[in-house]
Amino acid sequence: MTIELLIALLLCAGILTGGVLAVVLHGTVSAIIAAGLASLFAAVLYVLLAAPDVAMTEASIGSGLATVIFLYAVNRTRRYGDDSDD
Amino acid sequence: MAKRLFIFLTLLAVAAMFFDFASHFRPADKLSPLAEHYVAEGPQELGAANLVTAVVVTYRGLDTLGEVTVLFLSAAGVGLLLAGRRKREDAEPQEDLHPSSELVQTAVQFLLPIAMLFGVYIFVNGHLTPGGGFQGGAVIASGTLLLFLALPNAKLHHGIMGELESFSGFGYVLVGLLGIFLAGGFLDNRFLPLGDFGRLLSAGAMPLIYVLIGLKVGTELSVVLERFKGE
Repeated sequence: MTIELLIALLLCAGILTGGVLAVVLHGTVSAIIAAGLASLFAAVLYVLLAAPDVAMTEASIGSGLATVIFLYAVNRTRRYGDDSDD
Repeated sequence: MAKRLFIFLTLLAVAAMFFDFASHFRPADKLSPLAEHYVAEGPQELGAANLVTAVVVTYRGLDTLGEVTVLFLSAAGVGLLLAGRRKREDAEPQEDLHPSSELVQTAVQFLLPIAMLFGVYIFVNGHLTPGGGFQGGAVIASGTLLLFLALPNAKLHHGIMGELESFSGFGYVLVGLLGIFLAGGFLDNRFLPLGDFGRLLSAGAMPLIYVLIGLKVGTELSVVLERFKGE
C-alpha cells in the first residue's frame, strides 16, 4: 500500500466522519463546523488528485464562506416561541 | 413503521442503482476524443498555459456565463430578502455589535491587504496557474470576511460595489459579444493577440475575462456576506 493511497483513505474517512457528524450532531453550530470540516478534507483530497483549481474553490467557498454564511444565518434565526434576544 | 419501511426501501433502491454503476465501472485508460482534442490542440489554439482555464473560459465559456448568472441571481435574491428585513428594524435603533479583541484587529490589519492581493493575483494569473475568477473572487470575499471579523460594524460602500459589479458583468458579456464579431464565436478569446505562451499578457482575452469574473464574484460574495451579517 503506497503512502498516497493511505493518505487518500484517511482523507475519505475524514470526509465521511464530517458528513455523518453534520447529520447526527444536535447542536446546529457543531453540525455546521462538521460540514465545513468535511469540505476541508475534500479540498485536501482534490489537491492529492491533481485538481488544484477545484481544491481552491472547495477550500475557500465550501469550508470558508459557506460555513460563515450558515453561522450568520443561524445567528439571525430564533427558536419558535423563544422571545429572548440571543 | 411505514416511514421506516419507506426509508429502507429508498436506501435499497439507491444501493441497487449504485451497485449497477459500480459493477460496470472501468477506469478510463485513455482520454475521450473531445478531451484529447483539448489536450493536444488547446495550448496552440488558445495560448493558455493552464488548460483548465482554456476549457472553462473559452471551450465551455457559455457554462461559465451561466454560473456567473446563477451567482448574480442568488446575490440579488439575498439582497432583496434581507434588505426588506432591515427596513423594519430601522424603527428601533440597534446597539453596536461587540468589537473584537485587539489581537484579532491587529492580525487582520496585517492579513487583510495580503488576502486581497492574493485574490487579485489568483484571478490575474488564472490563465497561467491554478485558479481563476471564481477562486480569486472567493479569496477576496474571505478578505472581506476578515474585515467583518475584526470590525463587526464595518460597512461596504454599496454604490461602488454595485457599480463595480454591474460594470464587470456588462464587460464580460461585451467581451463575449466581441468574440462573435472579431473572432470565431461567442466568448472566443482570439480577437486579442495570443502573445507569447506563458506570459502574463497572453492567451488573448482570457485574462480580461477572468479579471472581470474575479471582480464580479468578489463584490457579489462580499455583499452577500454583509447582508447576512446584518447591521
